[in-house]
Amino acid sequence: MTADLIFYLLAALTVIPAFWVVLSKNLVHAGFALLLTLLGAAGLYAWLGADFIAVTQLMVYIGGVLVLVLFVVMMTRVPKHDKPVRGLDRYVPAGVFALATLGLLYKVITGAGWDTTGLPPAEPTTAEIGANFMTNYLFPFEYVSLVLLAALIGAALLIRERRPEDEPELKEENDEEVAS
Amino acid sequence: MSVGLPHFLTVSAFLFSLGLFAVMHRRNAVGILMGVELMLNAANINFVAFSRYVQHGIDGQIMTAFVIVLAAAEAAVALAIVLAMYRNFGTPNADTIDSLKR
Repeated sequence: MTADLIFYLLAALTVIPAFWVVLSKNLVHAGFALLLTLLGAAGLYAWLGADFIAVTQLMVYIGGVLVLVLFVVMMTRVPKHDKPVRGLDRYVPAGVFALATLGLLYKVITGAGWDTTGLPPAEPTTAEIGANFMTNYLFPFEYVSLVLLAALIGAALLIRERRPEDEPELKEENDEEVAS
Repeated sequence: MSVGLPHFLTVSAFLFSLGLFAVMHRRNAVGILMGVELMLNAANINFVAFSRYVQHGIDGQIMTAFVIVLAAAEAAVALAIVLAMYRNFGTPNADTIDSLKR
């Protein structure tokens, strides 16, 4: 079946680069692998008939978040003295915990038995999502815009360069320190 | 066995475990953030799959849209924090920043 084959390709596109994201020593490589993972996830959304979410994923994650992440990877550099040779002491607890989580999730997935019969055909969702945003989800929709504004202001405030001459109080303190 | 809900849940379980692994073993704060993004995507896939196969509705997709928006806001603030950290301490490694210990 073609649809099943497409699902397995998309699943491979999602999961295999995710290993690379996690294990790569080079964070730029990890970032580009994350691109493939997010692309695969967008394909899975499209496979599930969630066309609006698939396009949102492409625009927000791949066009926005990933570019930000790659910028920050390129703007920061790990200094030489901060690169100690590490043995397995970080990998073993993390690996054990991740595998335990995977096992638990596998048990839940195989044991739950959700009723998935009577699947309706997939329909375009954009109009329905828009109507829901303006009716049932109006408060969260407005609230999330407030959160975005707060995040915008907060991020700008955090990365602002603080120079002493811009802040008279700070400058006075510095002068006192120099004098004493 | 044709593709159904368990297949999607398996994909998202793998993504979640890998994200958890990255959060736990990475030292670089940006690497940790990538792990968090993987975990959020796992949750999103679950939301959309459940809304398609179990609820037959659209609420899961709307929740996913909110999660994507909040993840974008989170990434912007987190990366700003990483840059501020890099300016003040000269390293992006999360476990080097321990001035509260001293």
